[in-house]
Amino acid sequence: MKKSVLASLAIGAGLLAGASSPSPVMAQAMEQFMPIPIYRTGPYAAGGTGYFGGFMDYMAMVNARDNGVNGVKMIWEECETAYDNARGVECYERLKGKGPTGAAMFHPLSTGITYSTFEKGTADKVPVVSMGYGRGDAMVGSVFPYTFPLVTTYWSQNTAKIKFIGMKEGGMDKLKGKKLVNVYHDSAYGKETIDILNKQAAMYGFEIKHFPVAHPGLDQKAIWLQIKQFAPDWVILRGWGVMNPTAIKEAARIGFPREKMLGVWWSGSEEDMRPAGTAAKGFYAAGFHPAGKNFPVLKDIEKFVQSKGKGNIEAERMGTIYYNRGVVTGIISLEAIRTAQEKFGKKPLTGEQVQWGLEHLNLTAARIKALGGEGLVQPIKTSCNDHEGGGAVKFQQWDGEKWTVVSDWIDADKSLVRPLAEESAAKYAKEKGITPRDCSKEM
Amino acid sequence: MLYREAGQFKTSYQKDQAIFPIRQDRIAVWALLLAVFIAVPLLADDYWLGSIITPLLVLSLAAIGLNILTGYAGQLSLGTAGFMAVGAFAAYNLNIRVPELPLIVDFLLAGVFAAMVGMVFGLPSLRIKGFYLAVATLAAQFFIEWVFTHVGWFTNYSSSGVISAPPMHILGMTIDTAVEKYLLTLSVVAVLALGAKNMVRSRIGRSWMAVRDKDISAEVIGIPLLSTKLSAFGISSFYCGVAGALWTYCYLGTVEPAAFDLNRSFQVLFMIIIGGVGSILGSFLGAGFIVLLPILLNNIAAMIGHGTLQADTMANLEHIIFGGLIIFFLIVEPHGLARLWQIAKEKLRLWPFPY
Repeated sequence: MKKSVLASLAIGAGLLAGASSPSPVMAQAMEQFMPIPIYRTGPYAAGGTGYFGGFMDYMAMVNARDNGVNGVKMIWEECETAYDNARGVECYERLKGKGPTGAAMFHPLSTGITYSTFEKGTADKVPVVSMGYGRGDAMVGSVFPYTFPLVTTYWSQNTAKIKFIGMKEGGMDKLKGKKLVNVYHDSAYGKETIDILNKQAAMYGFEIKHFPVAHPGLDQKAIWLQIKQFAPDWVILRGWGVMNPTAIKEAARIGFPREKMLGVWWSGSEEDMRPAGTAAKGFYAAGFHPAGKNFPVLKDIEKFVQSKGKGNIEAERMGTIYYNRGVVTGIISLEAIRTAQEKFGKKPLTGEQVQWGLEHLNLTAARIKALGGEGLVQPIKTSCNDHEGGGAVKFQQWDGEKWTVVSDWIDADKSLVRPLAEESAAKYAKEKGITPRDCSKEM
Repeated sequence: MLYREAGQFKTSYQKDQAIFPIRQDRIAVWALLLAVFIAVPLLADDYWLGSIITPLLVLSLAAIGLNILTGYAGQLSLGTAGFMAVGAFAAYNLNIRVPELPLIVDFLLAGVFAAMVGMVFGLPSLRIKGFYLAVATLAAQFFIEWVFTHVGWFTNYSSSGVISAPPMHILGMTIDTAVEKYLLTLSVVAVLALGAKNMVRSRIGRSWMAVRDKDISAEVIGIPLLSTKLSAFGISSFYCGVAGALWTYCYLGTVEPAAFDLNRSFQVLFMIIIGGVGSILGSFLGAGFIVLLPILLNNIAAMIGHGTLQADTMANLEHIIFGGLIIFFLIVEPHGLARLWQIAKEKLRLWPFPY
């Protein structure tokens, strides 16, 4: 018995050694590698599978329909992070050097993993793209050259949310004297908007109270009792995963109208609403893209990937919020690679070259239409110092079955967000001893 | 045949009490040290050094810390990650608020702060035992995590509550590559592991074990319970604190309080249970098992996964296999991997003529 144990240990050690040896890759292969740090297990698996499922389906579709990006096929490999920072770092290190030219970019899909990898990415020259999550101040490209909170950040989105509340109340001046509550996931992600909400409260004269919910967020009874006592006009929900339906159910229990609740985009997926049942009806959520299958790009995915049985996710989940977010990520990521190819040639690119593409991305409305993403993706234009690009948000309402878009693109209040981001980035640069690069000298 | 101590006579008490009394063991330990200090940095790539071996060493150190408390002194603790967090945040705050201090001093002081916090939370151990004490240390875990999440001063008022380790300098050298971080971690871990090994062989370690085996008897033969239990808490937390600082500085680079949640405490507890309760070697073996096995399974899944099984089936299969292996090892050897090693050594001494 003992011998068999030792033998199995030896086999294990052997496999471990074998697993790490890099597989021989031909240097000329026309392939661009994309790491997929997915989480199929753990409390947030619905987000991980939906998002990366959509992303991989989009890349598979581009490979099948256009033979890749200008003839360079997209290849990818999954690595399970279970939404754990340490595993995420391991996945980053494992995947960053794969493929003929290494990883094109890294999508952590976790604010925690973004924080743990963006400095490594800067050192390794691998862009870390945190689309709609991560550090708000990373939009300051002079301090964070390899970090891209593309499309929109939590800070921008937060100003759009206050604008939306103002619209619903009938004007920003009506916000004065209103009471708002911020129910947030007690983590780096959840805390990201506290400062900016306080600033806006002072600006518009509303009262704001912050209520933290401990991970994973199943126990919120005490918090909602306090909210009931406070009797707010609006509740902003910064939830994630199982915390969202729980919050909605608790709101229903204390009789708080769901039409006065407004979620961040991580509180706005079908998977967040369905467990809450009818209680979720009327809930608003921000989104930097809508749900639905009625876009040409999704029809192409259906035609070239899903109908052939090659999908990376169940076909029923196509068109859901997470899935569409993955498709949006795919469109923007591959456009950045295409932009970089215009400068560096139609071949597999290194992370450093893709960084140039991300920094010079100009996704116009016409281009979005050509890609089949009209209404799904907003126009984005980045620069050396602006790593965010878009910043607009659409609001949608849950009707008990599906999401309905109820607003047009609402722009963020950049005049408020940008100085805050610059201040925070300067503080970070000082703490780290970084000299910001001079963006006026970059072409 | 090679592993035989015939002819090695111990002619003095000093030799009899040596840390490795058998010559082959001494040679093996020196060879191992040479290998990890010279061969590993030369052979391993950044992926292995930076994301596998370094966290493995750091968690081994935390496991040694918990083993001192739980394995040697018999005080069950679920606060390991909390004490690691104290170390991590203490090192960060010392570093940015008192930049004059050398980095190593920061790490040691971080350990001292963790030790002080550990001793405070160790006070209930004088009254309560076993599972009840585990609950008291659980309180420490939650309390510490709460403090670091909610008191902005500790994170230097970072809006997201995440701390990010400033650049490391030792004697004018900047430590920023994976190899340098590995060597720094290894040096700290090697010195502290040696210290722990010697401590458990000396008076203090023996008094811990006496308290573990029967505290009333220990008290009767003149071992003061207060200082013994508190020293176990203090020294254990010191190790955990240094581990927490290394975790932040040498591994992740940035850390939020949630990185030191209850799961981390359980992870370290499982390490010593799998590795061997009351064994320094077991701390390393257990950390190896808990850290390496999921990565190994994930790598195997990535290798054979394509086209054979659904990716989501693979992801869940990993958990099933991992759990199954834990149960398997505990059934085969309830005393942990260190005990297996000990049995192997005993067999080797008799080989090839077992009786």
